[in-house]
Amino acid sequence: MNRPGPDPLTSSTFSQRAHEQLGKPFLRRAVPKATDHAYNALRDRFRDHDYDALREQGRRIRADAVEHLDEHLATLVAALERNGVSVHRAADDARAREIIRGIVRDAGGRRVVKVKSMASEEIGLNPALEADGVEVVETDLGEYVVQLDHDRPSHIIAPIIHKTRGEVRDSLSRVAGRELPDDAAALTGFARDTLREAFLTADVGISGANFGIAETGTICLVTNEGNGRMCTSLPRVHISLMGIERVLPRLEDLAVMLPLLTGAGTGQLITTYVSLLSGPRRPGEPDGPREMHVVLLDNGRSALRGGAYQDVLHCIRCGACQNVCPVYRQVGGHAYGWVYGGPIGAVLTPLFRGMDAGGELPHASTLCGACDDVCPVKIPIHDLLHGLRSDRVRGDAAPRAERVASSLWSLAWSNPWTYRASVTFARVGTRAAARVPSGLVRRVPGAARWLDGRDLPGGPRPGGRR
Amino acid sequence: MPASTASTVTVFPTCLGDIAMPDVVGQTTRALAACGYAPRLARGVTCCGQPGYNSGFDADARRVAKASLAALDRTEGPIVVPAGSCASMMHLHWRELFRGSRHERAAIRVSQRVRELTTLLAERADRLATLGLAWPGTVAYHDSCHMLRELGISDAPRAVLGTVAGLTVVPTAVAPRCCGFGGTFSVRYPEVSVAMADATLDDARVAQVDAVISADPGCIMHLDARSGRRGDTPRVVHIATLLAEAGLR
Ligand code: SF4
Repeated sequence: MNRPGPDPLTSSTFSQRAHEQLGKPFLRRAVPKATDHAYNALRDRFRDHDYDALREQGRRIRADAVEHLDEHLATLVAALERNGVSVHRAADDARAREIIRGIVRDAGGRRVVKVKSMASEEIGLNPALEADGVEVVETDLGEYVVQLDHDRPSHIIAPIIHKTRGEVRDSLSRVAGRELPDDAAALTGFARDTLREAFLTADVGISGANFGIAETGTICLVTNEGNGRMCTSLPRVHISLMGIERVLPRLEDLAVMLPLLTGAGTGQLITTYVSLLSGPRRPGEPDGPREMHVVLLDNGRSALRGGAYQDVLHCIRCGACQNVCPVYRQVGGHAYGWVYGGPIGAVLTPLFRGMDAGGELPHASTLCGACDDVCPVKIPIHDLLHGLRSDRVRGDAAPRAERVASSLWSLAWSNPWTYRASVTFARVGTRAAARVPSGLVRRVPGAARWLDGRDLPGGPRPGGRR
Repeated sequence: MPASTASTVTVFPTCLGDIAMPDVVGQTTRALAACGYAPRLARGVTCCGQPGYNSGFDADARRVAKASLAALDRTEGPIVVPAGSCASMMHLHWRELFRGSRHERAAIRVSQRVRELTTLLAERADRLATLGLAWPGTVAYHDSCHMLRELGISDAPRAVLGTVAGLTVVPTAVAPRCCGFGGTFSVRYPEVSVAMADATLDDARVAQVDAVISADPGCIMHLDARSGRRGDTPRVVHIATLLAEAGLR
C-alpha cells in the first residue's frame, strides 16, 4: 500500500470504515452537496443532447479499444516510439515502481512534480520514490493537500471532497509557517506560489494519462489548474503512467470521448486545459522535456479480458458513478478502503486486490443501478457487482454465517408449507415483539441490526392518518 | 384486451406482503377488482428468491423461486405483483436464474406474464377516475430503484395517483435516489442503510408532504420503520393503501 500504517482494506471491514466516516458531520454535509452539484452539472451539460446516444458511441469506442487491445497497444507503442518516446511495459505495480524509480535515478532526479494520477495511487508510487530520497510534490491543489496531510484522495475527480476549507487552510499554514487567511483566493494564491517554485526546480514530471491515442502516439491529459502543462513541459524528463486499457484507437475518437469525460466528470464542455503530448522536445524547439517515457501498466488488467468483467476496462475514471451513488454520498470514498471508491471501486477492488481482501465491497451497494444510468460508457456496474457477489459464493469465500443463513432460508422457503409456517411465526413474533421489552427482542438473531435506528415493521406511526 | 371484460389476473402477494403488509395484499386485490379485473390470490407460492439472488446465493435462490414458479405456472392470465423489485426479479432475472435448468421454459413462460401492479391499474386509469376517489393532501412518490431502472416504470404510479381528487404529488430529491433498503443490505450495513433512509425522509420533510407513497413493500417497510423511530417525518405507505384510504372499496 501507498500510505504508512496498516492497509485499511485488510485491517478493517466496510462497516467499521463506514461507521467512522458517518461520524464526520462535515463529510455528511459536504459529500452530498458536492456530488449533487456535479450531477446537476452533468445534467445541464447534456440537457440539449441525446446523452444516451452519446454514451452508446462512447461505449462502442471503448469496447473496440478493449476488445482489440493487443493490436491497439502495438500500434500505440510503435507510434510513441516513432515520436521519440521511450515505452516501458509493467506487468504489475512492483515492476512499475521499479521502472519509474530507475528513470528518475538515471535522470539524476532529486525533485519530482506530479499531476494527479489514480494509476500512481494504485501502484503506491510516492512512498517508493521518497524511499529513494526523492522529493515528490503533488501539484494538483487537492492532491497537494492530500499529500501534506498524509491522507488519501476520496474521489476520483475531487480528491479532497471530504475536507473543509478550514482543514485546507491549516495544512497550507503549516507549510507557510504562518497563519493563512481563511479565504479561497488567498489559499490558492499561496499554493500557486509554492508550486511554481517546485515546477521550476523539478528534474522530473510524472503524470497519468486520460487516454493514449494509438494512431498518433499521443498522450491526452485533461486538467483544470494548468499544473498538467507545467509538469509535462518544464522538467527535463516527463514520465506518463498509463493503464493499458486507456488506449483509444484513433485521434477522432477524442471527439466523442473528451466531451464524455469532461461532461460526465465535471459538467464542463471542455476542461480548462487539454494537453496532447506527442513526444519530447524536437530539434529546434525551444521548450518541452528532453526525454519522455510512457509506462504501460497492466497490474491485473489483461487478466480481466475475455472474462465476465471485461467491461470494467471501458472505464474512463470520470467519477460520475460516485456522484450518483447513494451509498458513496453517505460514507465517502475512504470507506471503500482502497484507491477507488464508490461503485467503480466496489468492482475494481476485488478484481485488482483479490476476493479475500476486496470481496466484501460488492455488497456495499443496494444494486440500485443509478451508476449504470449515468456512466458515460454504459458499464453495467450493478450487474458486475451482482456477478462478483455470486463469484464470492461460488468460490467459497462467503463468510460461514452467511452461507448457513442462506441455506436455512432456502430450506424453509422452498416449500409452501414451511413457508406458511414461517410467515405465521414471523407475524406473531412481530406482533408479540411490539409488546415485550426491546432488550429481549434484540436478542433475536439479526433483530438488533434492524432495530438500530428503525422500529418494528407495521407499528403505529406519527404524522398522519392510519 | 377490452376494458369491459373481467379478465382473470393472479395476485402474487410476495413474502413481505405476507409477513409485514398483509393489508396491502387485500388492498391490491380490491384495487384490481375496482378496475374491472377478476383477481385471484396465487396459492402455494412463497418468495421470488430475490434475497438470495441479490446476495449471490444463486442455488438457494433457485430452490426458493422454483416453488413460486411451479405454483404460478398452474395459474392463468397476468401475474400481478404489488412490489416493483419482485416484479423485476420475476420478469427479468428468473430467466437468468433458471437458465440451463429444466425449469427454464417455465421461467420464460411465467416471466412473460409478470406485471407490476401500477402498470395494470394505469391501463384502467379512466375507470379509476370515475370511482370518486379523494385524498386531500400532498405526497411524495418514492421510486423503487428496480421498478424505475430495471423495469423502466415511472409514469404508471403517477398516473394512478392522478386519479385521486385533492391529492398533489410534489417532486422531492434531485434524482430518484435509493432509500437504502436493498434487501439484505438493510441488515448487513444497518448504519449506512438508515443514513440513506434519512436522506430520503429529510427530503420528504423539507417538501412538507403528508405521506410518502411507493409501490415497493421493501422500501416502504424500511422507510416507515425509520420514520416511526424518528417521529418527525411522514409515514410511508403503499400506493394500494393510499387508494383504499381515498375511498376505494
Ligand atoms: S465506471 Fe463509468 S461512471 Fe464510473 S468512473 Fe468509470 S466511466 Fe465514470
